[in-house]
Amino acid sequence: MTTDILTATDLKKYFVIGHTSRLKGKPITVKAVDTVSFSIHNGETLGLVGESGSGKSTIAYTIIGMYRPTSGNLKFRGEELFQANRKRPLHLRKEIQIVFQDPGSSLNPRRNIKEILELPLKIHQPSNNRLDQIIHLLETVDMPPEYMYKYTHMLSGGEKQIVAVARALATNPSLMILDEPTSALDVSVQAKIINLFLRLQNEFNLSYLFITHDLSLMRNVASRVAIMYLGKICEVAETADFFQRPLHPYTQMLLSSIPVVTEEEEKLKPKKVISTGEIPSPVNIPIGCSFNTRCPFVMDICYKIDPVMVEAGKDHTVRCHLFNQPELTSNT
Amino acid sequence: MSSEPLLLEIKDLHVHFAVYGGRLKVLDGINFYMRNGEKVGLVGETGCGKTTTMKTILRVLPMPPARIPQGEIYFMNSDILKMSNSELQQVRGRGISMIFQDPTAALNPVFNVGEQMMAVIKHSENRGKRSSRQEIHQQAINSLQEVALADPERLLRSYPVQLSGGMRQRVCIGMALSTHPKLLIADEPGTSLDVTIQDQVLRLLRALVVEKNTSIILITHTLGIVRELTDRVYVMYAGNMVEVATTKKLFANPRHPYTQGLISTVPRLTGGGIASGIPGRIPDYLNPPPGCRFHPRCPYVMDICHTEKPPLFRLDQDHEVACFLYHDQKKDTTMP
Repeated sequence: MTTDILTATDLKKYFVIGHTSRLKGKPITVKAVDTVSFSIHNGETLGLVGESGSGKSTIAYTIIGMYRPTSGNLKFRGEELFQANRKRPLHLRKEIQIVFQDPGSSLNPRRNIKEILELPLKIHQPSNNRLDQIIHLLETVDMPPEYMYKYTHMLSGGEKQIVAVARALATNPSLMILDEPTSALDVSVQAKIINLFLRLQNEFNLSYLFITHDLSLMRNVASRVAIMYLGKICEVAETADFFQRPLHPYTQMLLSSIPVVTEEEEKLKPKKVISTGEIPSPVNIPIGCSFNTRCPFVMDICYKIDPVMVEAGKDHTVRCHLFNQPELTSNT
Repeated sequence: MSSEPLLLEIKDLHVHFAVYGGRLKVLDGINFYMRNGEKVGLVGETGCGKTTTMKTILRVLPMPPARIPQGEIYFMNSDILKMSNSELQQVRGRGISMIFQDPTAALNPVFNVGEQMMAVIKHSENRGKRSSRQEIHQQAINSLQEVALADPERLLRSYPVQLSGGMRQRVCIGMALSTHPKLLIADEPGTSLDVTIQDQVLRLLRALVVEKNTSIILITHTLGIVRELTDRVYVMYAGNMVEVATTKKLFANPRHPYTQGLISTVPRLTGGGIASGIPGRIPDYLNPPPGCRFHPRCPYVMDICHTEKPPLFRLDQDHEVACFLYHDQKKDTTMP
C-alpha cells in the first residue's frame, strides 16, 4: 500500500500581468497552472515533463512556498501547506527542499561552501559541532571536505550542482524538488549527478518531484511520469507503461521528436507524429482543448469543450477527447 | 570514398590564448577535412574547443588574446589565415555562413528583422552588382518563405523580441542561407529550443541543406542530433580530434575510450539506468597533461600515454582513432 507524501487538488496559480485598459480595465491573467491535480507517493520519483512555459516550474515554486496558489489544495502528509494568513511552519519547510536548474545563480558567490551549507543547518538542525555536520554532509555527496573553504567560482558546473544538492540535504528533507537539475550540464556530468540522486534516494528514502524536458532521462529516473502542456497535466502513467503505450497526441509528438543514439530506441519511438505549429501564448489559451492548434487528430469537439482526465488503463490517466468514449477505454 | 573535391581542410591548427598567468593551449594540432556536400558533425563536452575551431575558420576570434602559432585552414584551396580583409569578406557570407546557438543573442534587438536580413544580403552581393532596394526586399521575403515562416512581410517589420524562440532561430537560418553559402556552420542550433520545436527546426535545416546542396558542420553535444543529421563525425576532446568515423560506424562501434564513455552516458529511451559517466573533468589548458590529454581520465591508460601524444591510427577506410590501444594498426599518413 503506497501512501502519498504530497497531494495537489485542483491547484491553480494565475498571474495578473496587466489590465485591458488603464482605469476600469479587466485584469489580464496568465493561467500558469490551471486546475492541476496530482500526488507523489512515498519514496517515488514523479517526473514532470513539459516544454518551456508549460507551468512546470510554477508548480515547483508553489510547493516550495515561493508562490501562494490562487486556489486549490496542497497537502503534505495530510497537512495543508497553505494555511490562511499564516506563514508556513518551520517543520514543513524543513521537509520540502529544492535544487534549482542553474547552480551558478542559485549559490551566493560571496559565500564559501561552508557558509552556504551552514545557513540551513543553523535554522533547522541546531547543534554545537556544526563543522562536523558540514563535513558529514559533504561526505554524503562524495565531495572532499577541503572544498569547504572554496567559493563557487572555483568549482565546475557539476560541482556547484553537488553543493546545491548538499544544501538541500542539510535540513534532512523527505521531499526534494529537482527543477531541471542537469539541463545546464554535459551528459557525462549529468550521469554523475543523476547517480548521486538515485543513491541518496535509497539512502534517505527521499521522494522526488523531478522536473525536466528530457524524456530519455525521465525514462531512467522516474517511477511515474506526468506530461504538462500549457498549465494542465495531459497524461500521467507508470514510466514503463508510459513509454510503451503513450496515448495523448502531444505525448506521441514529444516522444517521436527525441533524437536518440541507438537502433533499439528508434524502434521504441511511436510512429512519427510530425510536430507542427508553435506553443500558443499562455495569455491566449485556445478555447476547448489547449492542444487543438497543433493536434493531428483534432475533432470538432476539441474546439468547444475542454476534455477531462479519464482512466485509460491501470494507473494511466489521459486528458483527451479521443479516449472519452467508453468503448475505447474499456478495451485498452 | 567520395570523389568530391575538398571544401575545407584544417592542417595541424594550434590556437593559444594569452591570459593572466600564462598561455592556454586550447587547440592542440587539429586536423579536419570535409568534402563538397558533406554533412559533418563535431561533438565534445563543453570547453573542448568546438566553438574555438569554428570561430577560427571564420576568423572572428578576438586576436589578441588568441594567437595562432601554427596551422593552415584551406577553404576551396585558399588559406583563410593568410587572406586580406577584403578577401575574407568574400568568404564570410557567400562562402561560409554560421548559425549560432542562441538566436536571441545573434539578432540585434534594436533593428527589425528586415533591416538585418537586407544588410546581410546586400553585403554578400558580387562586387559591381547593385540590386535595388526592392530586389533585396524580395530576396529577404523569399528566404523567410524558405524557412516556412508565415506572413514574411509582417515579420520583416517586426523586432526580434516580438518573435518566439523557434521563429528567431528560423530567421537566423533564413539569414544564413539567404546568401547561398557553400558551407553552413551550425553551432548547437537546437539547444535553446523545446524538443518539439527543435525537431521542427532541425527537419527544416536538413531539408534546406539537401535541397541547396550546402555542406554543413553541425556542432553539438547532443549525440542524438548528430546521429540523425550527419554523414561523418569528429569527436573532440580537450583541443584534439580523438576519433573520426562515419556516423553509422561511430555509433555502432565507438573505439576511443572517450567516445565510448560519452555514448554510454546518454540516457536511453529503452531504460536500464544511466552509466556512471567519465570520471574526472576536462583538463586545465594552462598546464595540459603531457602525452595523451585524456590519460588522467582513461580507464585503459598505459605507460606510453603519459609521455607521447597518440597520432591518428586508421582502423579502416573511414574510421580513425587517436589512441595507443590501436597502435598495431597502420599509422595514418594518408589524410587527404
